[in-house]
Amino acid sequence: MGGKSDIKLIDNGKRIDGRSLDDTRNVKIDMDIINVADGSARVEFGNTIALSSVYGPRELFPRFMQKPNTGILRAKYNMAPFSVDDRKRPGLDRRSQEISKVMVNAIEPMLFLEDYPKSVVDVFVEIIQADGSTRVTGINAASIAIAAAGIPMRNIVTSCSVGKIEDSLVVDLDGKEDNFGSCDLAIAMATETREITLLQMDGAVSKDELKSLLEKAENTCKKIFEKQKEALRNLYKK
Amino acid sequence: MEKLKIETRIVIPGEFIDELGNKETGLGTYIKNNKIYSEVIGILRNGESEVSVIPLNCKYIPKHGDRIIGKVKSIEMSGWMIDINSPYIGFLPVSEGVEEFVDNRTDISQFFNLGDIILCRVSRVTNNKSTQCSMKDNLARKLVDGVIIKVTPSKIPRIIGKSGSMINLIKEKTGTDIFTGQNGIVWIGGKNSDTAIKAIELINK
Repeated sequence: MGGKSDIKLIDNGKRIDGRSLDDTRNVKIDMDIINVADGSARVEFGNTIALSSVYGPRELFPRFMQKPNTGILRAKYNMAPFSVDDRKRPGLDRRSQEISKVMVNAIEPMLFLEDYPKSVVDVFVEIIQADGSTRVTGINAASIAIAAAGIPMRNIVTSCSVGKIEDSLVVDLDGKEDNFGSCDLAIAMATETREITLLQMDGAVSKDELKSLLEKAENTCKKIFEKQKEALRNLYKK
Repeated sequence: MEKLKIETRIVIPGEFIDELGNKETGLGTYIKNNKIYSEVIGILRNGESEVSVIPLNCKYIPKHGDRIIGKVKSIEMSGWMIDINSPYIGFLPVSEGVEEFVDNRTDISQFFNLGDIILCRVSRVTNNKSTQCSMKDNLARKLVDGVIIKVTPSKIPRIIGKSGSMINLIKEKTGTDIFTGQNGIVWIGGKNSDTAIKAIELINK
């Protein structure tokens, strides 16, 4: 964010990878890729690849974390050391802790965890290739993996990123645009009810720009939601 | 008749099913603003008066009266802890497990030992899902010399079939002994269990 790039990010209404401003990258969803997990998914947004596996509801240990009236959701976001250009030091850092936390907040309101007291739903999100918008890719993967695991949920959460590059508003930022753009906004929502469960912004935009960004985000989420639905329906089709 | 007008299709969580009207909602659905939505991915059964979604993948949640198959996990002072293939553990007290009087000097592992497979009934479930099991049931027994396989709990009715037609067919053709628990565990005894396992896994798909 905020760095200066020597190349032009937007040229003649086209972005560096040839997309127009409102285009998302190629979205690809594979389901049921991890056999031992109750539900799993692999979501690709262009060069960003997220794997998600879901276990549960299962017995929660350590026992002091158990809540007698409701189940809990635990999420772990992790970036593989080889997922970025410079090797990422493996393990928990401040960034992955934050993203794990916002992922829980983004998905938890959609689950009927009160039906599963004392238990836990574990969500693991592994970024094996990172090229911008990793948290939204992770949320998309986690959300359908939870649905595939058969955990009751109100709605499927869809997530996307929007932002501002050189005075133009764009959707689905990739790594370069994220680094050199002037604003980056991650949003997660249940598209059918228009409930927003995650809204994070980095950089600065005006009020009007924010409004049109949210509109763009909703339209993008709708497109991605269609893909998620299709993937879930195909899961049990032979 | 309920069967006349029944709609079946695959639904995903949050999908709108129908207006509430006078319908009764069952498993796998939730109501919001007088509309019925699905809460799981599953097969929708939308009848004249009832709506339910049969989940395609789920975990067993203990319910009063269920007949289940469990494995003795540990032996406590006054009973047994039983792994019932669920997020929750079942407890089988001595008084519910054995008919005769047992005084507190007796070693209760002589009745059920670690690793024993038992068919029992869920006799009590509290609000926070503490589960009590009971052997006071005409089918309850210890199951010896067999194998257990795990299937999706919601598929158990399909394995049993209409009034036991499917399971009787498998039993007859393979010459095995089969017990099903509503917690998704199937016990198979007898020589020809391999074929029976294949048959059940085919149904579970």
